[in-house]
Amino acid sequence: MWEYTDKVKDHFINPRNVGFIDDFDGLGEVGSLACGDALKLTFKLNDEGKISDAKFQTFGCASAIASSSALTEMIKGMTLDEAAQVTNDDIAKFLGGLPKEKMHCSVLGRDALEHAIANYRGETVEEKEGEIVCECFGITNLEIERAVKESGLTTVEDVTDYVKAGGGCGNCHGRIGEIIKAVSSESITERQKMESLTNIQKIKLIEETLDREVKPALNKDGGDIELVDFNDGTVFVKLHGTCSNCASSQLTLKNYVETKIKDLVSPELVVEEVAQ
Amino acid sequence: MKTIYVDNNATTKVDERVFEAMLPYFKESYGNPSSMHSFGGDIAAHITRAREQVAALINAEPEEMVFTSCGTESDSTAIWATLEAYPEKKHIITSRVEHPAIKNLFEHLSKKGYTVSFVPVDKKGNLDLDYLYEQLSPETAIVSIMWANNETGVIYPVGEIAAAVREQGVVFHTDAVQAPGKLKVDVKHTPVDMLSLSGHKIHAPKGVGVLYIKKGTKFSPFLIGGHQEHGRRGGTENVASLVGLGKAAELAGEQLADAPQKVAALRDKLEKNLLERIPNSMVNGDPLHRLPNTTNISYEYVEGEAILLMMNELGICASSGSACTSGSLEPSHVLRAMGVPFTAAHGSIRYSLSHYNTEEEIDYIIEHTPPIIKRLREMSPFWSQRKAS
Repeated sequence: MWEYTDKVKDHFINPRNVGFIDDFDGLGEVGSLACGDALKLTFKLNDEGKISDAKFQTFGCASAIASSSALTEMIKGMTLDEAAQVTNDDIAKFLGGLPKEKMHCSVLGRDALEHAIANYRGETVEEKEGEIVCECFGITNLEIERAVKESGLTTVEDVTDYVKAGGGCGNCHGRIGEIIKAVSSESITERQKMESLTNIQKIKLIEETLDREVKPALNKDGGDIELVDFNDGTVFVKLHGTCSNCASSQLTLKNYVETKIKDLVSPELVVEEVAQ
Repeated sequence: MKTIYVDNNATTKVDERVFEAMLPYFKESYGNPSSMHSFGGDIAAHITRAREQVAALINAEPEEMVFTSCGTESDSTAIWATLEAYPEKKHIITSRVEHPAIKNLFEHLSKKGYTVSFVPVDKKGNLDLDYLYEQLSPETAIVSIMWANNETGVIYPVGEIAAAVREQGVVFHTDAVQAPGKLKVDVKHTPVDMLSLSGHKIHAPKGVGVLYIKKGTKFSPFLIGGHQEHGRRGGTENVASLVGLGKAAELAGEQLADAPQKVAALRDKLEKNLLERIPNSMVNGDPLHRLPNTTNISYEYVEGEAILLMMNELGICASSGSACTSGSLEPSHVLRAMGVPFTAAHGSIRYSLSHYNTEEEIDYIIEHTPPIIKRLREMSPFWSQRKAS
């Protein structure tokens, strides 16, 4: 059984704003029966250009219904520009959080809102461009990239929880992994080139990379890593927890930690362990 | 709020008499049956008794029963033991609709150098036996087909399959956890080599199971350790649970004469009324070959988890084949193998009754389900589209 917050339960049992606005200003429809959830959102604007009414129809589980209900409550009174800023994380926060595996329900809400706003403005949402990565759920590389960037996803599992990609046959897991890798290295190269950085900046970048890319994986196995020093292209680290006495720690260090640092910070760097 | 429990294929209530039978082994009779002193050693006699009781339920010999920790362990033991006994044989057969205890094990083996044939089913969930028989070859190590399906209740012709498989010299195993107490299980008339049972499906506690191994079947232990279970399964016996399982098996055998018919009558009443009162609803499975306690009903255009949680608000406990209840994003592999369309699979609810259910409980479900479905359909964009068209 899922651990739903009281707010999710409340919005599921007593959903607000169920229905369809016949003379809507904007209409967004996303999802499908095959996928297991779908949402049809309509809104009406007042003279000041603010959303005066919003209604939804949802096919899906409790968290999909609750996310839809929450969304309609959130956007009432907003201008379209304000509404366009609403993210799936905002919807999840409004509900006091959603189980990780149910984050895609909040993404459904965000997508419907985007479609509805585009519908009002006479635009089309261009998400269907790009190439399909997940055949089972018809998810494109662009949708995956966006989720990885916006929600800071780091694993294939995360991507599945947020946009469902990879949740079916699993054939696309390799491709999703590549997208995650490409996005994270892009975000780093976007920042600055290693050579032009001061030592302090370099250390900061290495630390960030360790925190984001390396630590979570080691923590999973009960281990940890600490940056001790950085000198002339060599990154000195200390391994803690199960890593410190693990027979394969040297392998982890060279094959995993160093590879990540080389990939994401600079290919020039080497990683060394400091004696305990 | 009263709990109305119609999820007995998931687990069952421990019978009061079973519970009472177990109590001494948590308190004064805590000895180890392997001990030399009589304080412990005398307990072995109670395990022997339990073994006889469980053997009697399926008409086996007591020495053919190996106690395990659960149905999954029984399944895994049967498969691994056989593969180890026939290391040269690299082909195995099962169905597309097995419980994860077999399904996931066979999928795992398919990545470990085994060729796996998954026998398909038709729309009603019945096996394609011709396909199964065509797949049999001298390379085949084992065929594992469940006795009855946990999701739809569909019963498979295990006797016929077992005979055909054994004729080819291939070992036959069946996961029969859903059968005892609901159907007559007789291994003297159903020529299976190995059969898995689980305690908590027949009103014994969780954490105890049995593997029946027909005399003469090649076997090597899965859990290697002490001499317990005649060296076929190491580990100090879970005495209280074994005694409980023995008692539960005895009770399951006794009530077989009348309880299944009574349960079937309640199930039929439930099914008939729900189908009549709720439009766009249908039964998944084969009503002619089905466990007496199970019905699996799909309500189109609504999603199973939402239905279950609304039922939960009223104290009604059932389960669903929807994707959202599993966390896997895919609806039930059983329903998909049967070709049940997504429109129906996502909204499937399994009701599995027991002899503890009363007519009042069934009436309560019949009364309260239609408004739930109606309410969720009113929220569903597909339902309003359907009504409009």
